[in-house]
Amino acid sequence: MFKFASLLMTPAAKYLMLAFAVLFPFFAANEYQVYVMATAFVWAIAVYGLNIITGFCGQLNLAHGGFFAIGAYTLGLLTADYGWSFWPAFVAALVMAAVLGFLVGIVSLRLKEHYFAIFTLCVGFIIYLLIDKWEELTHGAIGVRDIAAPYGFGVVDFTDTTPFYYLVLAFLVFAIWFMGRLSKSLLGRTFIAIRNGDELAQSLGINLMRNKVLAFVLSTTYAGLAGALYAGMVRFIGPDEANINHTFDMITYLLVGGIGTIMGPLLGTVGIVWITQSLQFLEEYRMIIFGPLLVLLVIFFPRGIAGSFLTWMHRKSQALGSGKKHKESKVNTVQPREAESNA
Amino acid sequence: MLKVEHLTKMFGGLAAVNDVSVEFETGKINAIIGPNGAGKSTFFNLISGMHEPTSGRILLDGVDVTTLPSDKVARLGVGRTFQTTNLFEQATVLDNLIVGHRLRTRSGLWDVLINSKRLQREEKSARDKAMEALEFVGLTHVAGQFIADITQEERKRVAFALALATDPKIVLLDEPAAGVNPEETVGFAALMRKMVDEKGLTVCLIEHKMDMIMSLADKIMVLDHGEKIAEGTPEEVRNNPVVIEAYLGGDEDAAA
Repeated sequence: MFKFASLLMTPAAKYLMLAFAVLFPFFAANEYQVYVMATAFVWAIAVYGLNIITGFCGQLNLAHGGFFAIGAYTLGLLTADYGWSFWPAFVAALVMAAVLGFLVGIVSLRLKEHYFAIFTLCVGFIIYLLIDKWEELTHGAIGVRDIAAPYGFGVVDFTDTTPFYYLVLAFLVFAIWFMGRLSKSLLGRTFIAIRNGDELAQSLGINLMRNKVLAFVLSTTYAGLAGALYAGMVRFIGPDEANINHTFDMITYLLVGGIGTIMGPLLGTVGIVWITQSLQFLEEYRMIIFGPLLVLLVIFFPRGIAGSFLTWMHRKSQALGSGKKHKESKVNTVQPREAESNA
Repeated sequence: MLKVEHLTKMFGGLAAVNDVSVEFETGKINAIIGPNGAGKSTFFNLISGMHEPTSGRILLDGVDVTTLPSDKVARLGVGRTFQTTNLFEQATVLDNLIVGHRLRTRSGLWDVLINSKRLQREEKSARDKAMEALEFVGLTHVAGQFIADITQEERKRVAFALALATDPKIVLLDEPAAGVNPEETVGFAALMRKMVDEKGLTVCLIEHKMDMIMSLADKIMVLDHGEKIAEGTPEEVRNNPVVIEAYLGGDEDAAA
């Protein structure tokens, strides 16, 4: 009756979406569409990371794009300059994003609210500057070329678009699965308690720093994972991957899809990526359509697509079940309460 | 149970709490009253570990908790409510309460990844604890409703339930009956009495509603300008000339 999971999305809807994603390369009009979808999935993984620290734990992290770039550059530099093969470099990219996330986290999370946001904004910019200016390591503005593609152990060739699409899809499914499990667990509830308020969370015996750092490291690991996949897909990266605009794009995806929800990051990212694609013919003018669309969405669906859907579902189920439930509860609880207030 | 010795908290040059010594006995309802700005909430913040005192000692069952942070103090059995409680509006009452028992559980990231037996067991116990607390405050019928959809009075009861889910020995309640009507105030008084009688808790509350305090409290401490100016039973406090001078004399509620 109180299962959070049943509210998140009906299981049927989830399987339908998964089936759609699996079959997508078969009915896509061309390879380019598959490529666009794979890109959207990569961003979605990063947005899931942002959802952990910002959506669940309530800390607005503006360095997220920077950690995406750290994942991309770790993989890119290790494979292109140091001769590592893809999968070890891939693991190293995740570890790098996690370790740097930990170091940034233990400093920045001492700050609260706006101060944390501003601090991470600066961290994101410093990451950009380091990538752009530290030419001996990162090749600066020239970027990194000849990044290795993932090898498929002789079974599949990931340099093709479609196999890579499935690889990304697999990671995305894992990312969502973990997010779903996290949100229902005591750990996820701990993050949500921190979002509700530092003082209240602490009065419930929650160690703020430890839990915030954990949420932060999880989020940067997601970002690093997305960045590494991105580097393996496009195989050419530049300092622009760390551009602050990417962070704000991801925040937009998150808000449109539904912050703090399980399906929101996916719906928001895929939705906006495709809308942007289909408005491509308008070039710069597409913002004339895109802007008002966003404004309407924020006005009428302030909790994003998934958030509004969940609220609607919950209200509906409450209305349907109310007749029966209320009878039960009257017998069980209302009477003791009346007795108590008479006492 | 809770023993406070010469507690002082300075904010800059101002003593918000000045040399206060008091003892709260197990299974009693202890009220702290005083005019606005008397240092009542600061006193709570010191006990619960939110602020560190400038000097003095706080002993909980003989254990020195003076410098412990509030999450550790909570684990030692000090539960508290706030004047306003921010909850997750778009989640159910029960979902908001489950985290209350988190401090008695140990599951971490790894347990979540492998969905360990320990996590399942702890989640069940946290859920049971939440239901038990909800039943205690008489809110089982709204367990499945969103926080956004329940009344102000029910929200206050949820805040009580959240503090109770932590398995406290002592609860600090900051103006539990603020902003509720007289009828509901009677309900809250009964609830506090029930905490003491049925759960054997020690209750410590800050309150401005004098009629409620006078009939409910076993012991009252009066603060004014950060100093303890009186202490005793409601009868003693009511007749204390210093208290009347400082506080009650100017308060119409006192006559009620």
